[in-house]
Amino acid sequence: MEVKTKVEDRTLTIALQGDLDHHAARGLMEQADRLMEQNLPSKTILDLGGLTFMDSSGIAVILRAKRRMEALGGNLVVVNIPKQAARVLETAGLARYVKLI
Amino acid sequence: MEVHNYITLEFPSRSANEGFARAAVAAFAVQLDPTLEELGDIKTAVSEAVTNAIVHAYPDTIGKIMVKCRILEGDVLEVAVRDWGQGIADVERAREPLFTTGGEERSGMGFTIMESFMDTLRVTSKEGQGTKVTMRRRIAQRTARR
Repeated sequence: MEVKTKVEDRTLTIALQGDLDHHAARGLMEQADRLMEQNLPSKTILDLGGLTFMDSSGIAVILRAKRRMEALGGNLVVVNIPKQAARVLETAGLARYVKLI
Repeated sequence: MEVHNYITLEFPSRSANEGFARAAVAAFAVQLDPTLEELGDIKTAVSEAVTNAIVHAYPDTIGKIMVKCRILEGDVLEVAVRDWGQGIADVERAREPLFTTGGEERSGMGFTIMESFMDTLRVTSKEGQGTKVTMRRRIAQRTARR
């Protein structure tokens, strides 16, 4: 999985490309933690537009990023969710906890 | 029940094999002419079952995982994921949404997703002997969809 990042006006954007599964999730979580700690963003945008597949490992990644952002006093937004990933997030009822656009 | 076709895959419980397992099952399922959404559902369910085996059956070792796919009478795809690992002490509890022993890496939604994305899900497990997850999904014929 490929990860592209951008920081602008205290907004951190993390754009994902490829398959987000358990194999990819661990490295991604560590990378996201590091980026948040280094940049102290007030908002993090997780852009899923480039994902070709996502399973419940993506839920764990999103919930962890949300907790980290809340600890920093900021918020997390998940955008450009592909259809297959949206079905996974809907099944988990994630819209109750995270802002999905 | 008549079996029209089958494949068996065997691989070690390395996380790099998660992508291989779901891609192989999807490639086998293509002969039933599924829609992209059906194929996405099957890949997701397989990924959950194989990841569970990697994370929970063999937490500290590398063990064997076997995936058996069959095409049954009536355009039914059956996928069985088997391991010879730790086993699940309480299957009913493990199937509850948000229950996990996998730490922050897992969401506890694996079985819920398998149940929602496939028509049937059967889990048999014995502590110390392993777990077998069997899922079935009927693929509607294209003509019937139109």
